[in-house]
Amino acid sequence: MEMPSPNVAILARKDELLRQLQRVLPADAIISDVAETRAYECDALTAYKCPPMLAVLPRSTQEVAEVLRICHAMGVPVVPRGAGTSLAGGALPTADCVILGVARMNEVLETDYDNRIIRVQSGRTNLSVSGAVEEEDFFYAPDPSSQLACAIAGNIAMNSGGAHCLKYGVTTNNLLGVTLVMMDGTVVEIGGAHLDAGGLDLLGVICGSEGQLGVVTEATLRILRKPEGARPVLIAFDSNEVAGACVSDIIKAGVLPVAIEFMDRPCIEACEAFAKAGYPMCEALLIVEVEGSEAEITHQLGLITEIARRHNPVELREAGDADEAARIWLGRKSAFGAMGQINDYMCLDGTIPVSALPQVLRRIEEMSAEFGLKVANVFHAGDGNMHPLILFDANKPGDLELCEALGAEILKLCVEVGGCLTGEHGVGIEKRDLMLHQYEAADIEAQLWVKDVFDPKWLLNPAKVFPLSSTESRRTVCLAAE
Amino acid sequence: MMTPQSEAELADIIAGANGPLCIEGGGTRGIEVPGERLRTGGLSGVTLYEPGALTLVVQAGTPVAEIEALLATENQRLAFEPVDFRSSLGTGGEPTIGGVVATNASGPRRIQGGAARDFLLGVRFVNGRGEVLRNGGRVMKNVTGYDLVKLMAGSHGTLGVLTEVALKVLPRSETEATLAVEEIDLAAGIACLSAALGSPFDVTGAAYDPNAQRAYVRLEGFEASVAYRAKALREQLGRYGAVTEVSGSGELWRGLRDLHDFAGLEGDIWRVSVKPTDAVELIPTLGATRCLCDWGGGLVWALMPEGVDLRQRMTVPGHATLIRSVAGTSVPRHHPESAPLAAISAGLRRQFDPRHILNTGLMG
Repeated sequence: MEMPSPNVAILARKDELLRQLQRVLPADAIISDVAETRAYECDALTAYKCPPMLAVLPRSTQEVAEVLRICHAMGVPVVPRGAGTSLAGGALPTADCVILGVARMNEVLETDYDNRIIRVQSGRTNLSVSGAVEEEDFFYAPDPSSQLACAIAGNIAMNSGGAHCLKYGVTTNNLLGVTLVMMDGTVVEIGGAHLDAGGLDLLGVICGSEGQLGVVTEATLRILRKPEGARPVLIAFDSNEVAGACVSDIIKAGVLPVAIEFMDRPCIEACEAFAKAGYPMCEALLIVEVEGSEAEITHQLGLITEIARRHNPVELREAGDADEAARIWLGRKSAFGAMGQINDYMCLDGTIPVSALPQVLRRIEEMSAEFGLKVANVFHAGDGNMHPLILFDANKPGDLELCEALGAEILKLCVEVGGCLTGEHGVGIEKRDLMLHQYEAADIEAQLWVKDVFDPKWLLNPAKVFPLSSTESRRTVCLAAE
Repeated sequence: MMTPQSEAELADIIAGANGPLCIEGGGTRGIEVPGERLRTGGLSGVTLYEPGALTLVVQAGTPVAEIEALLATENQRLAFEPVDFRSSLGTGGEPTIGGVVATNASGPRRIQGGAARDFLLGVRFVNGRGEVLRNGGRVMKNVTGYDLVKLMAGSHGTLGVLTEVALKVLPRSETEATLAVEEIDLAAGIACLSAALGSPFDVTGAAYDPNAQRAYVRLEGFEASVAYRAKALREQLGRYGAVTEVSGSGELWRGLRDLHDFAGLEGDIWRVSVKPTDAVELIPTLGATRCLCDWGGGLVWALMPEGVDLRQRMTVPGHATLIRSVAGTSVPRHHPESAPLAAISAGLRRQFDPRHILNTGLMG
């Protein structure tokens, strides 16, 4: 992946920038030592690294505003960073940028059970939002698999999803308001504890804008009462087609499970070798989870198993107790760890219409053979969000490039069948150059207009999301103006 | 009145327009803005319906009634319960899906399942420059680039004219039941709704009628499940007042959704969005002739004396939209935004509609 070369005029002003930042931030909030900035050289897309010029760790909205005001005046690019768990390179720095990390802003500001909201600082981790309301039996629904580490700021930037969004929606459906600091330091409040924001849906466009429109410092989130219980069923099939048809029939029958997870044979084998969950060896495994009271769960699982039986499953395993439920989830939850044991891997997240599932899996298998790289599939089947894991060897010259090329082909395939490049990880740098496969140039241009309004100087995370060639004139004009 | 029959024709009309255009779906909102009327009714029909993927793609001028009839054949529905304003506003016309999306018109189930914008997967539209643009797609999860889909929902035709929308649909529930808590005052009514919504029983409607002093709680799902939850909630809500089960639940919620009680009454109709428990403080300060709370108190409908600016009487945060008023009123329809937000909105409108011809002045 190409990144724009650093602007030497900005690098030359590092000392001046540092002096100005020292006036508004305590000493421990500024990281300027070259060795220490290396801690911020990458996110979870570790194939790409570049230490930033400086990193700052503000503790309040006010401090964020001061930092942005200074960078804006000096024409310095800023890359916002949540917890650095992006798989798409959303927080990858350039050598001439300031990394603005929100990790120290992690307070709960307000919990309100009567109105079912929580207001937090954006550096708080996803799981600890649920943790803060757990004693009252509430939870925050979006559950990306990095939820132990990832920050709400990053969730908002990428509009993160998770395994349970079939029922509860993704971040944008659970976000009621934000405090946003614009690049020029202006602080704006958008939305709040009320349900509908007035005027244009700016909240909707900020969520998923990958840190390019402003820095979110506080967020009002919807919290929900936990269901009385949940239970999964495991269904094994000897073909991907049949498993896909079963998913479609479950949805058509009017049952709305909280999750429908799908694993193919390469994934089942790897998980079994790693976690020994006792999965049957087959072509396709479904884990379907439903929620409610004991009687409701039994009723829904009854409907689901009845549908599944019509498709002649190899095995159908209901969880009798919490222990068995945990075993059903064990393999799925260790899928990524299992892959990591075998090799380096790249995880994609293209989304497809559920009906295209068998066709896409067949084609991925063919492509995997063509490229000579193994691909395992584990994904959220209910909403068509694929997670092909391409295995490669980072120490083997050329293997990363080969893996990226295969990844690009798989994502193009997702678009061809009516889907999209990314369902929950975001574009970042990873899928930036594929954007023109999904959108016409005019559609991209319309998105750039939005950034023009929020960040006219193109200083916030400027080298992400869009092909560099589409944004070059905007980025260079702004630099030349300095 | 212009009624283009294709997206290309619509694009030509907008590109060639010399003055402002008044954009309409089915014309059920009685919107008065300057300019020649441009109706989307000619762009009608279903592009794709895949029940197994819960996906529907339709042209923007398609009547909502047609869509609902189609979905019913597969036991599915638009889960956000689009509002039909004809009876309360005293207007005619036929609600279209484009109009619903452009106004983000969502009914009682919004409190649990989300608004129209939450079910909108993709859009095609013609902007004020006459360009055909596309954003989002037809799949459930999509974070590819900026979410202009949300921006278009609720933009009231000011950024572009919708030509096609992709929506997530949901299964229709097997049955529904509504509990009414009788003789309950405003404060207790809203507290009762908060308790119901904070329960694990998946409440899909929570309204309070100050006039009847009655709180309503709706449950939907499979027969046995609804019966179980109704019993559990009855016990839980008993401390607020006598709980009865309402007969004709479907009709009751249609009436609440479409504001049947306000039909034919004189005055201005306001729609106020607040933090649900703030309805308790808000309503007594309004001096309204009639009020109705939906969304657990988060949505307050108020019938006000003509010409009164309700916003001047609001002592809690939130925003108010003037839905029905006397002709030529000086009170703005949409809530004025804070200066920085107004600047962003104006900037976006300038980008998408540089000649300022689409529903000029409707949103600011």
